[in-house]
Amino acid sequence: MSSTPILKIDGLYAKVVDQDISILKGLDLELQQGEIHAIMGPNGSGKSTLAKVLAGHPGYEATAGEVIYRGEPILEMDPEERACAGVFLAFQYPVEIPGVSIANFLRTALQARLEGDDEVDLFDFQDELIERMKLLDMDPSFAERPINDGFSGGEKKRNEILQMAVLRPSLALMDETDSGLDIDALKIVANGVNKLREEDPEMTVLLITHYQRILNYINPDKVHVMVDGKIVQSGGPEVALELEDQGYSDWKEI
Amino acid sequence: MPENELIQNLDLDEYKYGFIDQETHVFRTRPGLDEDIVRQISERKEEPQWMLDFRLKALRTYEAKPMPKWGGDLSKLEETLEEIYFYVKPQDQMERSWDDVPENIKNTFERLGIPEAEQKVLAGVGAQYESEMVYHSLKDEWESQGVIFDSIEDGLKNHPELFREHFATVIPPADNKFSALNSAVWSGGSFVYIPRGVHLETPLQAYFRVNQERMGQFERTLIIVEEGAQAHYIEGCTAPVYSTDSFHSGVIEIVLKRDSRFRYTTIQNWSNNMYNLVTQRALVNENATMEWLDGNLGSKLTMKYPSCYLMGEGAHGSIMSIAYASDGQHQDTGGKVVHAAPNTTSSIVSKSISKGHGRSSYRGLCKVYEGSTNARSNVECDALLINDTSRTDTYPYIEIEEKRSTVGHEATVSKVGDEQLFYLKSRGMSEEEAMALIVRGFIEPIAKELPLEYAVELNRLIELEMEGSVG
Repeated sequence: MSSTPILKIDGLYAKVVDQDISILKGLDLELQQGEIHAIMGPNGSGKSTLAKVLAGHPGYEATAGEVIYRGEPILEMDPEERACAGVFLAFQYPVEIPGVSIANFLRTALQARLEGDDEVDLFDFQDELIERMKLLDMDPSFAERPINDGFSGGEKKRNEILQMAVLRPSLALMDETDSGLDIDALKIVANGVNKLREEDPEMTVLLITHYQRILNYINPDKVHVMVDGKIVQSGGPEVALELEDQGYSDWKEI
Repeated sequence: MPENELIQNLDLDEYKYGFIDQETHVFRTRPGLDEDIVRQISERKEEPQWMLDFRLKALRTYEAKPMPKWGGDLSKLEETLEEIYFYVKPQDQMERSWDDVPENIKNTFERLGIPEAEQKVLAGVGAQYESEMVYHSLKDEWESQGVIFDSIEDGLKNHPELFREHFATVIPPADNKFSALNSAVWSGGSFVYIPRGVHLETPLQAYFRVNQERMGQFERTLIIVEEGAQAHYIEGCTAPVYSTDSFHSGVIEIVLKRDSRFRYTTIQNWSNNMYNLVTQRALVNENATMEWLDGNLGSKLTMKYPSCYLMGEGAHGSIMSIAYASDGQHQDTGGKVVHAAPNTTSSIVSKSISKGHGRSSYRGLCKVYEGSTNARSNVECDALLINDTSRTDTYPYIEIEEKRSTVGHEATVSKVGDEQLFYLKSRGMSEEEAMALIVRGFIEPIAKELPLEYAVELNRLIELEMEGSVG
C-alpha cells in the first residue's frame, strides 16, 4: 500500500455559511488510492456536510483543519477545479436541469475538462457514452432525457452512477446514494459501482451511508463511524455488522 | 459568487451588431413629425391619392391618442420622437442584385451573413436599410409559381387591387397609438402573396437594419396566404449602439385563407437604445394554422404581442416567445388569441429570462367570444430570473363569453438556484458554462423550433451574455 494517501483530512472543522455552530468538529480521515471506505453515522452526525465540504459546496465553510487531495490542499479550490482534478460527488438529492439532456450535459462536462480550443469529438463521445451505458446495463435512450426531470429516485441515482462512469473520477464521494432506494434499485446502483471499480481498481470510493445494507453489495476496506462531526470508531467491515446489531445507541451519549 | 459582484460585472459590450457604417442617404426628412413630413414621404413614394389621405387621417388619429400608460416606460418617448428622423432614403432605388447595392450597404448585410444565407437556405430575401428596402429577390422557381415577395411599395404599385383589398384590414390605424403612427409614416417592409396550394419549402427572410443615429424605422408588412398555401417568413433586426435613442415601430398584417398554414419567425436583436413597439396580427380563417415564433433579445423597451384572430371554424393559432432582458432592458411581450368561431384552438408558450436589472413582463390576452363552442386555449408562461435584482411580472387577461370552451393558464417563476449551479460545477463546469447550460435548457422547447442558424446564434448569444454575468 502506498504511503501517501490520496485523501487526507486533518482536524477539519466546518459550518454552514452565516451560522456559528460547527458541524464538523475536528474530523480526521485518510484514504489510500484504490480503497473503499464507508462512513456510517446517525442523522445529523455531519456525514453529508463532509461530502459537501469535500466537493466545495458554497453553502459550507471550513473554519479549521486541512484537506489534502493528491498532495494538494483543496479547500481553497473552486468546485469545478476539484472536479477537473478527479473528485466526483454523487449527490444525495440530484438536481433537475429541465431541457438539458444527460448526453448534452456530459459532453459539456467533458468539454470543460479540456484546455484551450480543444473540442470533444462528437462521434467519439457518442461511442464512449453508449459503451458506458452498456457497462451499466442502461438503455441508450436514457441519455436523451432531461437531467433528473421527472426521474424516479432510482433513476436519479443511476444517473449519478452514469455520470461517474463517463467522468471517470479518481475519488468518488457517494453521499447516501442508497437512501430511498428499494432493494432492486440498490443492487443496480451497487453493481454499477462494483463494475467501475473492477475496471479501474485505482478508483477510490468514500461511501457515506446511514444503513449497513449497501455494504452487503459493496465491500469496504474500512468502515468509520461518525458521530457529532467526528470519526469515533474505525475498523474493518466488521464494524458495520456490529452497528447493524447495536444501532447507534452506544454513541448517543457522546 | 456574491450577487452585487455578479451585477457589477455585467458586460453588454458584447453586442456584435453594434458597428456603424459611414452615413449615406439620398434624402431624409427633417427631424420630428408633422403633416408636411407625411406629405413628403407620400410624394417621394409617388403614391395614389387614397394612400396620402389614409396617411393624413392616421396622423390625426395618432395625435389624438394618448401615450399608453400600461406596459413599459414611455415617459421619455415623446421627447425622443421630436428629434428622430422619420424617413431616411438610403439609395435611389431598390435593387434585385447585390452587385447593384451601394458598397457600404452591401458590406453591412454581408457582415450580417445575409447574402450567404440567401444562397444556402432561403427562398427569397428582402433587406431594409433605414427607411427603404434596398434589396429584394425571390428565387425563380417560386416566382414562376406566382409567389410575390416584394417591397411593400412595389406591392402597392404593381398589385394595387390585391393590396387595397387587404391593407389595414387586419390592423386598422386606430387599433393603437403606434399602429396609427405607422399608418401615417410607414416605409419599407414586405408585400407577400402565396398563391393557392403553393407550399414554399424554404423560408423567406426579411432583414431590417437601422444605421443612422436618431432614426425611426416604420416598416409595414402585408402577407396574404391563399387557400391551402404554406410558407415561413423570418424577420431579423439589428442596429448600431448609440447614446441617443432610436425608434422602431412596425405593423405586420397577415391574412390566412382557409386550410393555409403560415409561420412568422422574428429574431429581434436591436441595440439597447431602441424602442421597439410593434403590432403583429394574423386573421386566421377556417382550418388554417398560424404560428408566431417571437424572439426578443435586444432593444431598450419592447412592447409586442403577436396576435391570432381565429375567425373560421377549426382555425388554430400558436404563439411561442422567448424574451431576454438584461440591464437597462424591459421586454413587455406575450401574445393575444381571440377565438371567434367554434372548434378553434390556440396555445401560447412564453419564456423569459431576466438578468441583472433586466425586467421581463408577460402580457397576454385570451378572449373567447360567445358561440365559439368547443374552443380550447392553453397559456403557459415561464420566467427565469438570473439574479436577485432581475424582475418579472405576469399580466394574463382572460375574457370568456362561451361556457362550452376550455381555457388553461399556467405560470411559473424560477430562479437559477445555487444547488443547480453547484451540481453543474461539481461536474467540472465553470459558473458561466453552468449558467449558459441552465438557460439553454430553459428555452430549449422554443429554441428547437427555430431555423438552425438562428438556434446556433441564440446559443452563442446566451453564452456571451452569461460570460458577462459572472465576475
